[in-house]
Formats: sequence, C-alpha cells, structure tokens
Amino acid sequence: MSTFDVSSGRTPTTGRRRAVGRSSAGDAPNRRNTELLMLGFALVIPMLAYANVGLAMDGSLPAGMLKVGLGMSALAVGAHLAVRRFAPYADPLLLPLATLLNGLGLVMIWRLDKAGKLLIKNFAAAPNQLMWSGLGVAMFIGVVILLKDHRILQRYTYISMVVALVLLAAPAFFPSRAEDFGAKIWIRFGSFSIQPGEFAKIILTVFFAGFLMVKKDALALASRKFMGLYLPRGRDLGPIVVVWLLSILILVFETDLGSSFLFFGLFVVMLYVATERTSWIVFGLTMSLGGAAVVASAEPHVKTRINAWLDPMAAFGPKPPSQSSEQIGQTLMSLGSGGTVGTGLGQGRSWLIQFAAKSDFILGSFGEELGLTGLMALFMIYGLVVQRGLRTALAARDPFGKLLAVGLSSAFALQVFVVAGGVTGLIPLTGMTMPFLAQGGSSLVANWALIAILMKISDTARRPAVEPAAIPEPAGPERLGAGPGAPDESRGATS
Amino acid sequence: MSDLTLTVMRLGFLAVLWLFVIVAVQVIRSDLFTTKSAAPRSGHRAAPTAPTAAGAGRPPQGQPGGAQQQQARQRRGQPTHLVVTQGSLAGTTVALHGQTVTLGRAHDSTIVLDDDYASSRHARIYPDQAGQWTVEDLGSTNGTYLDRQRLTTPTPLQIGVPIRIGRTVIELRK
Repeated sequence: MSTFDVSSGRTPTTGRRRAVGRSSAGDAPNRRNTELLMLGFALVIPMLAYANVGLAMDGSLPAGMLKVGLGMSALAVGAHLAVRRFAPYADPLLLPLATLLNGLGLVMIWRLDKAGKLLIKNFAAAPNQLMWSGLGVAMFIGVVILLKDHRILQRYTYISMVVALVLLAAPAFFPSRAEDFGAKIWIRFGSFSIQPGEFAKIILTVFFAGFLMVKKDALALASRKFMGLYLPRGRDLGPIVVVWLLSILILVFETDLGSSFLFFGLFVVMLYVATERTSWIVFGLTMSLGGAAVVASAEPHVKTRINAWLDPMAAFGPKPPSQSSEQIGQTLMSLGSGGTVGTGLGQGRSWLIQFAAKSDFILGSFGEELGLTGLMALFMIYGLVVQRGLRTALAARDPFGKLLAVGLSSAFALQVFVVAGGVTGLIPLTGMTMPFLAQGGSSLVANWALIAILMKISDTARRPAVEPAAIPEPAGPERLGAGPGAPDESRGATS
Repeated sequence: MSDLTLTVMRLGFLAVLWLFVIVAVQVIRSDLFTTKSAAPRSGHRAAPTAPTAAGAGRPPQGQPGGAQQQQARQRRGQPTHLVVTQGSLAGTTVALHGQTVTLGRAHDSTIVLDDDYASSRHARIYPDQAGQWTVEDLGSTNGTYLDRQRLTTPTPLQIGVPIRIGRTVIELRK
C-alpha cells in the first residue's frame, strides 16, 4: 500500500510536468522557427535570381526590387503566422519549398516578359502571376484557418465526386477558342479564365480517399487468386471502370491528355496504397495503355502529340509532317544549349521556344539558364515536397488522412512527372502546368490549397497525443493522475 | 556588367540553390531524429510482459526525467492481457506483448470476431507513444463502444472498462 501512495502522490506532478513540456515544445518540437528560417532562405533565392536577371539584362538592379521583395516577404510571413497559429505542429518544409518554387517561377516569367517582342504572344504576365500568387497564398491561409480538421472532408465523399465531375465536364460545354491550343480545359468569362481541372484534382482526391477508406477491405480481400494475381470481383471493379471511362471521356471530349493521365494514375496509386494489391497496378497500366492507344489512333490532336514525341526533330527536317509540332524539338535544343551549368539567368535565348515558353515549357527556359545543375535542384525541391507529403501520410493516424495525404502528394508527383517527362521528350507532351513554376492562376491557387491541406494533415499527425487520463472520466485534477492507478490496485487486491 | 561578375553570379546562384536543398534535407534529418519519440510506432517497445528488458532496451528519448518515472509507474500498473467477457468467444484471453491487437472478422485479425455486427477490420488496440493502451475504431459499420460511449477518436483504455463490439465485450486485465 505504501508504494501505491508514493506512486499516486507522484503521478499528478509528472503529469503536469509533461503537459508543461508539451506546451513549451520540449517534448514534441513544433519546428515553427525552423520553418521561419527556411522561409527566409526561400525568399532570398528568388531575390538573388531577380537581381541576377536585372544585372544581366539591364546592367543594373531591377527598380522594383525592394517593393517586390517586401511584398513577397509579407505574403510569406502572413502564411507563416497563420500556420503558427492554426497548424503549429505542421511540417516545417512544405511552406518554404512552395514559396521558393513560386518565387522562382515569378522571376522566370518576369525575365521572359523582358524578352519583349522576341517572344511570340508576349505580354507582361509577371504582374498577373504576382496577383495570382497573392490569391494563392490567401487560399493557403484560408484553408489553414477554416479547415479545422481534415477528417471533415470525409463527410463530403460523394458530394466531392459530383463536384469534381461537374468541374471536369464543364469546359466541354464552353465554346472552344482558337487560342486554346487544342485542349478544352478552360472556362472563360470575358478575359478571365479558370482551369477547373486543377481544382478537380484536389476534390477528386478527397473522393478517392473517402471512397477507398470505406471500400478497401472489399477490394483487397474479396478476390480470387489467378496466376499469382488477385483478381477483384466484378462489382468491385465497377468504380475503376467508371474512373477509366471518365478519363477516356476527358481525353476524347476535351482532348486533354494530361488530366486523364493524372486522374487515372492517381486512382491506381491510391488503390494500391489502400489495398496493397499489385494486381491493381497491373490492371491500371493495362487499361490506361489500352485506352490511350485507342484514343491516340483516333484523335488528331493526340496523334500530333504522339508524332512530335516519337520524332521531335522531324518538324525541322526538309519535309515537316503535317501532324507534328516543333515545340519539343525547340525545348530539347534549349535544354542542350544550357549544358551543365546553364547560360546564366537572363542570358539564355528562351524566346526561341516560340510559344508557351512561360507556361508549359518554363522548364525548358529554366534548363537553358540554370543548366542541368539547376534543373536537378528544382527536381530535388519537387521531390522534397512529395517526400514531405508521403511522410505525412506515414505519420497520419487515421486511414482517411493517410489516403488523402498519399493522394495529394502523388497527384503533385504525377503532375511534375507528366510535365517534366513531356518537356524532356520522355513521354508524349501533355498540356499541364508545372506546379508553382508555370504561368497560370488556377494552377497556383489549387497547388497552394493542396499544400495547405497537406500541412493540416501533418499538423494533426505530428501533434502530440492528448493526455490519456482526461477522456474516460472527467474528474478533478488530482483524480486525473491517479485514475489509472486506482482501479489497478483494487483489482490486484481481489485477484 | 562584366563577364566575370555574371559568371560568378551564375555559379553562385546554382550553389545557393543547392545549399537550400542540402539545408532542407538536413531539416528532414533532424526531424527524423527528434520526432521519433512522437511516432506512434515507437511506443510498441514498452513490452509490458518483460519489465526489466523493456526498461533496459528502450532507447533514451530525450524526454524530461518525468517520462521515466511515468514509465515506471505504468509498468507496475501495466495490463497484461485482453479478456473476452461476453459473446461467442467469451473466456478467450490474449496476452499483450506491446504489439497492436486487431479485432474484426478478417482472418488475419489478432482476435477473429465471429459476430454478425462486427466489420472485417473493426477496431484495434495498441499502445500509444506513452505506452498507454489505446482503442481505435477502424471505420466499422456498427461502431465500437467503450463502456456506453461510441468511439470517434483513438481513446485510451482503462483496466476493466468494457469494449463492446456487437455482442462481444472485451476488457483489459492486469
């Protein structure tokens, strides 16, 4: 009995000490100061690039440097303060990485603006992009503040499916315009246009996560084994077939190769993660290759892309084929002229990538001016974003959060892969934007929202667990510590 | 601008870019080592059945001294098995070894419930990072009840408090 007295007398004090340790970040550090430091670093780099472009092109520092620097810092610090207040345990790297990519993209777009008339369809896109960056950061702050818990999203599983379908289908019903370059993925209101597919990406991930969390057991367990593969039942295959048909429909009606690849790939990745069945990957690859082959042979726009991918230099030959494009060839040449360390910011000839140099082909511009070294650094930064996302998924405690984090980070990874693979000629080119770097408002805002959701999940995942004793019986403070001990003792006496 | 300056800026910029990447990787590294104690998995090492081995084998976690006192307290009052008190499996006991115990109709569950109201992966019972046994409902159809309270979040378990899954009742014993 005496030992029990000692232990019960000591317990409340240790309990209190632990609570204090938590609030002062001793037990589980919340890493916000690291984030602030990295954020400072992430702001310095674009400023260096900005100065570098100015010095190289005009021989002097850009006039608005102080103003732009202060503006960007204000945005970043605003985002940081929101995180500090509303997601204190979130991952320390996601925000700095996103800020760096956004800043570098802005500088490159500004630099391409300065190429003037040399670049076809050139108009000053940097101010617009800066405005969208502001909106993107506002979106980030909004999501961090308003999304109290990511599990709330789970309630909207089927609503988000409907919303995503509407968003995806909407552009097909809007009149297409000459400057849409083949793909119908925009909704236009006068001069203002949005790309609903970028938002659909996030909303669809919410649906997939919610759906798979409920259905994963049926998908994983109810299957027959055939030649080493688990064959799912027909009714479990249903949703897969629906998503597959949907992605084919996007491909056919909106001629958007990238989105259909992204959505189908995303679903297959999430299926695999939820069920741990390799057979889903085999099915997914077979179905996507089959679908792509059928559509590619039928659709002229897609066929052009494939031709340009198979022989990028054909467009410069003596007999340029009618169904091809010279863009990939131009980008490959710009990457080649960049070499290992690049021509230096502001000193390349990126305007030779005649069209979409600021959006789809911005990687070509980066590759030319920063070289292989710089491009690899950019890919490392993207890789780190994805790594932090997957790490969040590992640390998340609830299955929905896990699936959502996996889905969002693999959507990000797939998008980077599709764009980078397309620009470097690894896979056929698709009209997607490089997250954060490329010109495009919808993409920026959507990706900031994606990062915000990931940070909220990681905040929940890394938050230290609640004190155990407080939940079952809400008694007085001195009972809290002794609560677990007292029943033990009585039970020990009887047995 | 002279060529030399531009070359220095060009190479310097690349160096700074890579420095950022390296610093970011360092942050991840330090993150891995400092959050180990917060990761849910590390709590499994507090094996309740072998107190001395658990005390010696547990790596230092950089927590304040109070943590060790708390561990000592928990070892003493540590539950050692789960007992099924009602339902078709009544009388079954499962010894706890610090691993997660899964409950459900699925055949790979630790306790395979033969209960019409149980889902295939119904719930799990695991020690959290402080070594406190915790029950979590895994999105079951009919829910898991701790005493009369339906579980919505992972909830710490007390010894002798019944967990109800359909017609089955399970509790933690010392």
